[in-house]
Amino acid sequence: MTVNKSLLIPLAVFILLVTVLAFGFRLEDPHYLPSELIAKPFPDFNLQDLHDPERNLTVDDIKGNVSLVNVWATWCPNCLVEHPELMRISREEDIPLYGVNYNDDSRKAIGWLERHENPFLFSIVDDKGTLAIDLGVYGAPETFVVDRQGVIQYRHVGAVSREIWERKIFPVVELLRAQAGGD
Amino acid sequence: MVAELGHFSLILALGLSVCLAVLPATGVYLRQAHLMQLTGSLAAGLFVFVLFSFLCLGNAFLNDDFSVAYVARNSNSALPLQYKISAIWGAHEGSFLLWSLVMAGWTLAVSQFSNGLTLDMRARVLSVMGALSVGFILFILLTSNPFDRNLPVFPAQGSDLNPLLQDFGLIVHPPMLYMGYVGFSVPFAFAIATLTSGKLDSAWARWSRPWTNLAWACLTIGITLGSWWAYYELGWGGWWFWDAVENASFMPWLVGTALVHSLAATEKRGVFKSWTVLLAIFAFSFSLLGAFLVRSGVLTSVHAFAVDPERGLFILAFLIIVIGGSLLLYAIKATGIKSDAGFTWSGRETMLLVNNVLLMVATGAVLLGTIYPLIYEAMTDGRKISVGPPYFNTVFVPVVMLLFFFMALSPASRWRSTPVEKFLNEQLLPILGSFAGVAILVFIFAARFEPVVVLIVGVAAWIVVSLIRDLTGRVRHKNNKIAALFRQPVSYYGMLLGHLGIAVAITGVCITVYFSEEKDIRMAPGDVVELSGYEVKFKGVEKVRGPNYIADRGEIEITRDGQPVVILFPEKRYYPAAQNVMTEADIDAGLFRDLFVALGEPIDDTAWAVRIQHKPFVRWVWFGGLFIAFGGGITVLDRRYRATRQQRSAAMATLGVTS
Repeated sequence: MTVNKSLLIPLAVFILLVTVLAFGFRLEDPHYLPSELIAKPFPDFNLQDLHDPERNLTVDDIKGNVSLVNVWATWCPNCLVEHPELMRISREEDIPLYGVNYNDDSRKAIGWLERHENPFLFSIVDDKGTLAIDLGVYGAPETFVVDRQGVIQYRHVGAVSREIWERKIFPVVELLRAQAGGD
Repeated sequence: MVAELGHFSLILALGLSVCLAVLPATGVYLRQAHLMQLTGSLAAGLFVFVLFSFLCLGNAFLNDDFSVAYVARNSNSALPLQYKISAIWGAHEGSFLLWSLVMAGWTLAVSQFSNGLTLDMRARVLSVMGALSVGFILFILLTSNPFDRNLPVFPAQGSDLNPLLQDFGLIVHPPMLYMGYVGFSVPFAFAIATLTSGKLDSAWARWSRPWTNLAWACLTIGITLGSWWAYYELGWGGWWFWDAVENASFMPWLVGTALVHSLAATEKRGVFKSWTVLLAIFAFSFSLLGAFLVRSGVLTSVHAFAVDPERGLFILAFLIIVIGGSLLLYAIKATGIKSDAGFTWSGRETMLLVNNVLLMVATGAVLLGTIYPLIYEAMTDGRKISVGPPYFNTVFVPVVMLLFFFMALSPASRWRSTPVEKFLNEQLLPILGSFAGVAILVFIFAARFEPVVVLIVGVAAWIVVSLIRDLTGRVRHKNNKIAALFRQPVSYYGMLLGHLGIAVAITGVCITVYFSEEKDIRMAPGDVVELSGYEVKFKGVEKVRGPNYIADRGEIEITRDGQPVVILFPEKRYYPAAQNVMTEADIDAGLFRDLFVALGEPIDDTAWAVRIQHKPFVRWVWFGGLFIAFGGGITVLDRRYRATRQQRSAAMATLGVTS
């Protein structure tokens, strides 16, 4: 069969286009993820407790209450900035606060918490960053509000301040509690 | 339980679509008439089951069934009824179910209104459409099931529909848009059917022309509504952003416009046959490409859907199979097609060819701008770039200006060849009159000379004058002129309206771009500013409560020379369930100008940042769109598509000879 070569041009252009699209597809945009996890279940994990390596933590350990999950690391300057506010929340606010120690050295992390005080009920050791990848974290600190069923309901990227707590995070917590009270 | 029924019904629909894709095609291959005759019942069954599935999802929304994850994410018990309904297609999963429903609807329509088709052709066309349905439904079932449950624990309350989508425009915009996108599957299916049958003649153009026009009209309305929605809902007063998602709908429209014109040439003159088939493949390919861009997350945009790599991969594979496959088929089968008739450089065929070339250049420019960020990112190892309005305006505007020039010239042209004197005789006065008239008007009303405005609006005026001249020319020598007007074919009036719509839209775009004025200023209660001859007074802000939001509502009194014009109430709404703040602009709309007011941020206890805009002729942009759509839509009523069955079978007997 003879094929008129010029008729193959559209196909060639299309193949070029698909190559570009496939490329763009491979480079997923990390900045595009923020809203993605809202109203999605907190990803499954099975990782060690920072202070008790014998203990394995799973997603069930953060279910049951409206809680905060904070992604932190010793190498992260803004984590130090938000630390006093996390301490205040752990003392004054009635909400469980869990840490995800992200891409860190556990010994350094324990020392850091001793020096600056520990606001977390427990810290999950995520030294390979697997949980952080599932969470779509693109830089510590990040704070997630997780409801009783373990569904992420809010995400804050960057340091938590008193103002952020009052204007952004607390209203969500209050709403989730009100909703849960209704059933 | 109902959600599971919906899911099950969709699985049955998948089964039926597989049958529709396979059985009639097998019938064609084995020459078994009884297999080919299955198309009607299979298409009907497919539609019924997809519709039932869609209604089940609707039922979950109306009953606030938050155990269905999709409902919990996109609804709330306080959401007003009409938005609970539109929330069905408010996000990815449901909107794709709507897409599949529209696909099944077009399939059913083709099977019902295709009496003039041969059994063989009908089986081929509907097999192609069935195969497309297989892909769409499989996509839902595998990657985007809207019936997934949140079990065993589910939220007592939903997180609410995105407030941006809680709006009338967004109730109707997606269905119309999908009618257009998916409607292009009809000419696509006809093109594939024709290629496989090997009988690439003008008959396929006549069959697919009304479907193409209808789909194109729906797409036009969809885009117009989207632009209108962006204008009043996004709170910036813009009506086109060259955003990736807008471009995704605009590219199939441009190709569809080329197709509508090229089909006319193929049907009437038997020319451009191979090119028209290619355009039919292109139009639908761009629809699918749009779906990929919007739903795979490769491009970021204000209204892109949530990212999911699995979905992107599925659509990419689907694109490769459907588009790659049909282009390959085209390359093999379209060899050696000859035109039925020749034409010269001055013929109407040349005009349509120029139209097509320019529209494809414009499409290429939009495509390049849309995917350039991807190319750049791939080549620079992850650096980002955005291509904005300056690129699109620079590249797109000159091309369409050239297009408008030929559009104004074309009514004077005749098929095959047009005497040059005829062009000169018929066009010289309209050209001079239009540009001089517009120049005078601009000078009177704008009190300044704007050469670009005179050029653009002048072309629009010339287009209109040309059309009027053509219409009067058709009845000039008739005794009963009114009766002669009625005897003109409907499709001729469709063309007039469509071209008139373009002229109206160009005028609106040009004037609103050149003469709009806006002010972003701090206003405390009692402050007055002057804008385009209006005095705008800020009277303060009060709290009001809506069904699912609380709002700060500003009161702004507008007067002109002391005479009251209107009082506007722009709002800043807070939607607690979705944690969203929305700017609700208030607009005093008019045929010749809009006054647009939006609240920005509170600055202190009483003062607010306020945006005020005076936008002359902005409505014309959308009126133009509606004219175009209406013009495209009415061509379906043309009597040659309503030919009786006998006439059609007679035409079938002499297939290949155009009417």
